[in-house]
Amino acid sequence: MPVEIDIAHVAKLARLDLTPDEMEGYRSQLGVILEHAAKVQSLEGDPEAHPEGDVTHPLGLVNAFRDDEVRPSLDRAEVLASAPESRDGYYVVPPALEI
Amino acid sequence: MSIAHAGRALRDGTLTATDLLGSVLRKASETEAQIHAYLNIDRTGAEEAAARADADFGDGIDRGPLQGIPIALKDNMVTRGLETTAASQILAGYVPPYDATVVTKLRNTGAVIVGKTNLDEFAMGSSTENSAYGTSYNPWDITRVPGGSSGGSAAAVAVGSALAGLGSDTGGSIRQPASLCGVVGMKPTYGTVSRYGLIAFASSLDQIGPLTKTVEDSALTLSALWGHDPLDATSYRGDYPNPTRELGHGVEGLRIGVVSELRGDGYEPDVESAVSDMVDRLSGAGAEIVELSLPTFDIALSSYYLIAPAEASANLARFDGIRYGHRADGDTTEEMMSRSRAEGFGPEVTRRILLGTYALSAGYYDAFYGQAQRVRSAIRADFARAYANVEVLVSPTSPTAAFKAGERTQDPLAMYLSDICTIPCNLSGDPAISVPLGLDRDGLPIGFQVMAPALGETMLYRVASAVEELAGFDASPELAMVAT
Amino acid sequence: MNFEPVIGIEVHVELATDSKMFCGCAVSFGEEPNTNVCPTCLGLPGALPVPNSAALDAIIGIGLALNCDVAPNSVFHRKNYFYADLPKNYQISQFDVPVCVDGHLDISVNGTIHRVGIERAHMEEDTGKSTHLGGGGRIDSAEATLLDFNRSGVPLVEVVSRPEIYSAAQARAYAQGLREVVAELGVSDARLEEGSIRFDANISIRPVGDENLGTKVEIKNMNSFRSLELAVAYEIDRQTQLVDSGGTVVQETRHWDEEAGITQSMRTKEGSSDYRYFAEPDLTPMAMDEEWVDRIRASLPELPDARRARYQASGVDPALSAVLSSADAPIRRLFDATVAAGGPARPAASWLTGEVTAWIRKTGTDPANLELTGESLAELLGLIETNTVSASAAKEVLDGVLLGEGSPTEVAEARDLLQISDTDEINSAVDQILSENPDALESLRSGEQKVLGYLVGQVMRATNGKADPGLVNQLIRSRAGI
Ligand SMILES: [Mg+2]
Ligand SMILES: [Zn+2]
Repeated sequence: MPVEIDIAHVAKLARLDLTPDEMEGYRSQLGVILEHAAKVQSLEGDPEAHPEGDVTHPLGLVNAFRDDEVRPSLDRAEVLASAPESRDGYYVVPPALEI
Repeated sequence: MSIAHAGRALRDGTLTATDLLGSVLRKASETEAQIHAYLNIDRTGAEEAAARADADFGDGIDRGPLQGIPIALKDNMVTRGLETTAASQILAGYVPPYDATVVTKLRNTGAVIVGKTNLDEFAMGSSTENSAYGTSYNPWDITRVPGGSSGGSAAAVAVGSALAGLGSDTGGSIRQPASLCGVVGMKPTYGTVSRYGLIAFASSLDQIGPLTKTVEDSALTLSALWGHDPLDATSYRGDYPNPTRELGHGVEGLRIGVVSELRGDGYEPDVESAVSDMVDRLSGAGAEIVELSLPTFDIALSSYYLIAPAEASANLARFDGIRYGHRADGDTTEEMMSRSRAEGFGPEVTRRILLGTYALSAGYYDAFYGQAQRVRSAIRADFARAYANVEVLVSPTSPTAAFKAGERTQDPLAMYLSDICTIPCNLSGDPAISVPLGLDRDGLPIGFQVMAPALGETMLYRVASAVEELAGFDASPELAMVAT
Repeated sequence: MNFEPVIGIEVHVELATDSKMFCGCAVSFGEEPNTNVCPTCLGLPGALPVPNSAALDAIIGIGLALNCDVAPNSVFHRKNYFYADLPKNYQISQFDVPVCVDGHLDISVNGTIHRVGIERAHMEEDTGKSTHLGGGGRIDSAEATLLDFNRSGVPLVEVVSRPEIYSAAQARAYAQGLREVVAELGVSDARLEEGSIRFDANISIRPVGDENLGTKVEIKNMNSFRSLELAVAYEIDRQTQLVDSGGTVVQETRHWDEEAGITQSMRTKEGSSDYRYFAEPDLTPMAMDEEWVDRIRASLPELPDARRARYQASGVDPALSAVLSSADAPIRRLFDATVAAGGPARPAASWLTGEVTAWIRKTGTDPANLELTGESLAELLGLIETNTVSASAAKEVLDGVLLGEGSPTEVAEARDLLQISDTDEINSAVDQILSENPDALESLRSGEQKVLGYLVGQVMRATNGKADPGLVNQLIRSRAGI
């Protein structure tokens, strides 16, 4: 079953600026992989027996919370040292166009 | 040298941590040019840690079996003040401001962190060929890959440039390279080793575990690594099994299941015969062998290649050129982000991000991601049925021994098939281990996988130690010495 | 054609917990940028979220206060979209199994009670803050954007109403009602001007009598109740005029321009509708068992709805009940104390929300530190009821009490404000006035009622206002023989 892929749309959703050639390459590779992956649709038996949301923690953990306690934050200078651009304690990016 | 052996020597005063580190660093300098296991050796940090361990030994302070032991860390675990790249260009030069919980634990237990080992970029791959900083090579044949994604840690342990390595296993990334490099690789029960500070690939599948020379070393290392961590919400809070308690207890009276789906087409004859030979020996040692079919294993790989990329597509969204890592030029935030990501990620990572984005996108979610989760649930049910009848399941770890570098890089699907035996335990969350059996006709190691139900580590290690003893494998790779 | 508007409102409430939703950084405003940050709320590689139990307590409280069902099982999802102030480029939020569902809030507009259904309330995390440099603050001509992640990861509760709001006034009342609830619960600072409560409105119009919903437009950036009301009214008008003139409404997001008083179409995220939600694998599912929900229920304060009902049951009319219910807590406590001391409910409510509140405003006194007690107000109301002081004198008595001059009786005596109940004294005053005004008396006798008021006024003046005007009235009438 060939799979339809709007690769430009997917690349845009994933914020990947790819060339047309790159996109075409990925589109055909994804087609092959997805054709194989589509085998998940062959799962036999009652689909209700294995609801999607059934896959919770393998040890059945629930309610893993923390108490409302303040812990020390990181040193700003150390954090901003990794930033490609910063100014006056802020991270700086080119202007955002979309909201 | 094993951890257990070194530990005795360190405690009876015949060895110092500093000398042990010295021999490990010498080994690294002899072998790195050929196998490139490390991305970064932290000689200064390691020497300091070794000196501290020696001082502690001198003061009679014993922090446990890893004190003074040189350990290699896969470079997807963050280390404060020490560059951590996950083998990606997008994190070139990144120095984290915090330590992963496993790193904190290693430091607190007196272990000596030798450095950061190579991997497939963001742990996506089965050969280390997807590293942005060059491939690692298999110590048994340097024209071949060490497996992956924890190939660097596996190769380092195999040549002795570390006594243990930490890896992460999302679809077999500890066990498969262990198998290809002839060492022991273990993936613990999901939730038992903290993921805090492990750069996430697929959060519901990732698990940190040890690569070691011996099964006992594996159990000792795991004992030091695992335990509840309040910084990881998926961390198990109950009682933990004792990994070492039943080492050497044999397999007499145990029921061992052989998975019929994990053989046949695509499995090398030497792998199949080595595995069935081991099954015979286990039977000879008193185990009851049960042939079992787990039909969902046939679609496990398909399920995995939807779930893992889907989670990865979100986990890797944070690499956007704003707070750390590579930034490209751009007139707008959007342009800068899209270019930074396209430039910073390698092809396999890009492929998986696209795949995962697609599998989650409107109109395709149900047929792909949602259905993959249903398969995952069915796989768990299959495992549960099997474990009603047997204590452990066994199979090859990898359908083939180490393959040639470059052989599968142009065929993603062929590469993905490397993990066909290991993936089911990631989907179920159960523990599994790879133990070396011996060498194939080309002199390449073959691994044997033992799987156990969740929190069944005591039994897992019992059977693994029996396999190790029955295999009697103690060869080491012989590399042509290259002075550097 | 006649159209009716249909409005749904989404409200984001920032919780005032000590620490953030998924990490231990402090929730604190006005700090230096990027000082309350850690690996988790900065989205550093390897960091993981762990939910704050106090935030979950708070959303359960909000849900109960809004008459919601608390889901026995709930999960977090990842909402995927790229934005510079969203560090992980996904928001941990909730999708198909929110913590609270199916509630309602009763609102009152012009004395009419209207019930607005609440679809859901879910838990999520806030984003960081962007500041656009250059271009006069306009986003599309900015030269750079500055990012501060102190707010990143602050717990947010998003409350989504059903499209059951039908006017701008209702929209405002709903927003105010919701603010009142979260303020009462004490779970949020509930300050609009600081952005701790934020509204988005979805507005469509449809022909009156039509059951289907029209194309909806989402309005953002309304920072006050007033701007919410104005924006909704503007948008209803805009859509109505558009359709009346043969146009069609397009589905879009519009920005309320406070200065211009209009809504404007805004550029939105490409593919923003495809959030690729999936269950957050870094977190476990949540199970809200009965014990937990009961514990929260038991800790809830009296909520505005219940309070208004209680006031009405004690005899205060609905409008005054609403005013009293939204008064400061010390005023409400004084009301309860006054009634407990035997004071009459309606006058107590009226005095407290009227004279007392006006006095507080005028003098700038902290309502928590008044000299007035429930007993003293009950005493004052008793003096009025028994005509011991007149209504106008009572205001002076209150002033004295509030100034700490003593009990109402003491103040009335000291300030010489007691009414004259001695009939002889009043009789002689009446006699004197009538003898001084024979013409007026004659007019009254001949049926000119309007001079009665004049005569009464003269007697009151002669007694310095201390005579009981009812009694004076009665005495003059009997003298005139009418
Ligand atoms: Mg929201
Ligand atoms: Zn934080």
